[in-house]
Amino acid sequence: MALSDKELKEIAYLARININDELLPSLKGELEKILNLFNKLNSVDTTEIEAMSHPLNLSQPTRPDEITEEDQREKLQETAPSVKSGLFLVPKVIEGDS
Amino acid sequence: MKLHELSLKEQLNGLIEGSFSSTELTEHYLNRISNLDKDLNSYITVTADLALQQAALSDERYKSSKALPLDGIPIAHKDIFCTEDVLTTCGSKMLSNFKAPYSSTVVNKLSSEGVVILGKTNMDEFAMGSSNETSFFGPVKNPWNKEYVPGGSSGGSAACVSAQLASAATATDTGGSIRQPAALCGLTGIKPTYGRVSRYGMIAFASSLDQGGVLARSAEDSAILLESMSGHDPKDSTSLKEEVPSFLDSIDSSINGIKIGLPKEFFERDLPEYVESSTKEAIETYKNLGAEIHEISLPNVDLSLPVYYIIAPAECSANLSRYDGVRYGYRCEDPKDIEDLYMRTREEGFGSEVKRRVLIGTYALSAGYYDAYYLKAQKCRRLVANDFSKAFESVDVILSPTTPGTSFKSGEKSNDPIEMYLQDIFTIPANLAGLPGISFPCGNHDGLPLGVQLVGNSLQEAKLLQAAHQFQKVTDWHNKFPEV
Repeated sequence: MALSDKELKEIAYLARININDELLPSLKGELEKILNLFNKLNSVDTTEIEAMSHPLNLSQPTRPDEITEEDQREKLQETAPSVKSGLFLVPKVIEGDS
Repeated sequence: MKLHELSLKEQLNGLIEGSFSSTELTEHYLNRISNLDKDLNSYITVTADLALQQAALSDERYKSSKALPLDGIPIAHKDIFCTEDVLTTCGSKMLSNFKAPYSSTVVNKLSSEGVVILGKTNMDEFAMGSSNETSFFGPVKNPWNKEYVPGGSSGGSAACVSAQLASAATATDTGGSIRQPAALCGLTGIKPTYGRVSRYGMIAFASSLDQGGVLARSAEDSAILLESMSGHDPKDSTSLKEEVPSFLDSIDSSINGIKIGLPKEFFERDLPEYVESSTKEAIETYKNLGAEIHEISLPNVDLSLPVYYIIAPAECSANLSRYDGVRYGYRCEDPKDIEDLYMRTREEGFGSEVKRRVLIGTYALSAGYYDAYYLKAQKCRRLVANDFSKAFESVDVILSPTTPGTSFKSGEKSNDPIEMYLQDIFTIPANLAGLPGISFPCGNHDGLPLGVQLVGNSLQEAKLLQAAHQFQKVTDWHNKFPEV
């Protein structure tokens, strides 16, 4: 399994992780080794097998539609990197003059 | 006997009888931590003030005869369990400034039983690792030999209990993160059935595999702590609605007639001679205790490693998408736009193993590859789980070595991810099938401990603890401790 630089950069972008160009060759080598581990699965016949997404055969539990959480806005925002007037601040995302 | 040399059960008896107070016991551990942990690095945060407050309250409860079941016992929590107003880092730079606004169910349950929290233990970053070398807070050393690793990801919990810097510790296990460090540090470690212990407030790595459990000195101590942690939690939608039996009730009963299965696929592996001989010795001990030994087959068990390294990274890439530098945790300096904020926060906040797994997971889930990797892995996971179901039609527990060898030197495997992943070949299958597993010491090679693993059928923790306790009644491996 060989990854191209372009593929690796696309994956990194999907994962929103910046990767310096100088790290690409070593990272590519490591990922290819891990992907090669998976070849073993190709020879297994799984046509009749149901996918197992979870160890328990659970159905989604439901509960009455009642408010159980209290408002903890201030406490929850204490750990935020940047907050103003109870809102999380990020760099400007909307184009245009302000 | 010094206070730290007592088992959790003996400490509990001492507190009940008034031989010493929780404050004395807690101060004793805090002194040991400040004297010995600089070198070991088993704690990320020591909560000395909180511990002494809790100990004082516990002492008051003993005086007024209102003591709780675990009152005054000083333990440590793996730094993956959110602890209100206490730094909860998960071993990552990403959460290096994160004081949890609430406590996990595990922390709450144990606190309501009266435990004293000594601190939060070091771990591989986001529980991804088998050597505790991926922590942002530095590697943890193995108390048996400081050139060696304690295992991982619960390496700090294992090192601190092994060095007697806590009576016991909580831990988590996604592919072996309780059992492998238990084996490498000479401890007893149990991962219960998936869903037995609530995952609420336990920072997620791979949600269909993660399970909380215990690292302790013996099966008996593990039983005491696990019982208090287990049970249904409406805040975790995957929590089991099953009655938790008293794990201590059956622990003293004989295991005469128990059927132990030995999977031939595990024993056909090329293992070091000392692993084979220690495991054989453990099997002999079980024969003497009246066990029937059967060879069994888990024909698809060799698929476990590739299945795990698709499913765990896939789930981790989804779970770790929450670390975006917006609501909590690390944020990069001077982001020029929102994209730059995400990209650099995650570049700088995650370590290299975490990045590798997020990338692998993203790849396995991406358009065009989902069926070939993720879906295929989920189907093969079913095959592994089916093998176990079939095996448990004829045996009660399955025995194997816990790890392919004793601990290894720091740095020895950290440059080769695949070498590191092979640490977990015996432990991963139980996580895939959601089954309980326990590791306990069964030997020593060149001054380093070695463990044996039992895997049980779903909800059979009591049987595992009983089988381990009966082994520990006739052996002495669990009573050996390193000089630190």
